[in-house]
Amino acid sequence: MSLETPLHKVEGLGSSHSGVAHFWRQRVTAAALIPLTIWFAISVLGLTGVNSAAAMTFLQHPLNAILMAAFVIVALYHMALGLQVVIDDYVYTNWQKLSLMLLMRIFAFAVGAICLFAILRIAGL
Amino acid sequence: MAETPHAARRPRPLSPFVTIYHWPVTMATSIVHRVTGCGLAAGAVILAWWLFSIGNGFVPYNQFVGLASTPLGQVILFGLTWSLSYHLLNGIRHLAWDMGFGFDKSTASFTSIVVIFGSIVLAAAVFALAYTGHGGFYR
Repeated sequence: MSLETPLHKVEGLGSSHSGVAHFWRQRVTAAALIPLTIWFAISVLGLTGVNSAAAMTFLQHPLNAILMAAFVIVALYHMALGLQVVIDDYVYTNWQKLSLMLLMRIFAFAVGAICLFAILRIAGL
Repeated sequence: MAETPHAARRPRPLSPFVTIYHWPVTMATSIVHRVTGCGLAAGAVILAWWLFSIGNGFVPYNQFVGLASTPLGQVILFGLTWSLSYHLLNGIRHLAWDMGFGFDKSTASFTSIVVIFGSIVLAAAVFALAYTGHGGFYR
């Protein structure tokens, strides 16, 4: 016998109230980050020791600007999903958990905004 | 009921904490995945700083490169390079598990060791390429 209400059962979201959404997002962003990280690592290696003009020229290329923006967005989203689990695991007090979750998301948005602004400014937009 | 003095003195059983276990290698790779993830979150600030300094022009960019070139800067950058290598390789291992591959004990232990050594080799290779003048090919 199940203690679930019929509505709860058809919603299929379980005790987390969010189902498997977080799990899937973490895996999909992880898979997307495999090629993006390889591209990022090669790019950073290719930019070691160059002057600011060469780094500008590299990031002004549309493909590089788009890939860098994609890397930043997907990596920071993946970061927020991961840090959410860390906070969930180690912080038990409700108000502390809520505050840390908010601070963590503000951090992700702030870093993302700075990165995207920097990329757009380099591209000359 | 009356308790025997012997039973009364016996300490109650405690639930075991991580420090009590003999650490299998899979336990180490699991916690290091989380630690490197948190480290990379801090590294995101350095990524933002770097990208911002490029558009800021010659002087701020050289300031960033100057700080990155100090011994402490190089240690931090090597730590981030290794963390990224590790999180990438171990992440692939996690995705394989999620698809149902390699989750048995012997395979998981073997891939743990592959990930540990592979990530060190990968990070060392990146730094070796940079230090031997094979980096900077987007000049």
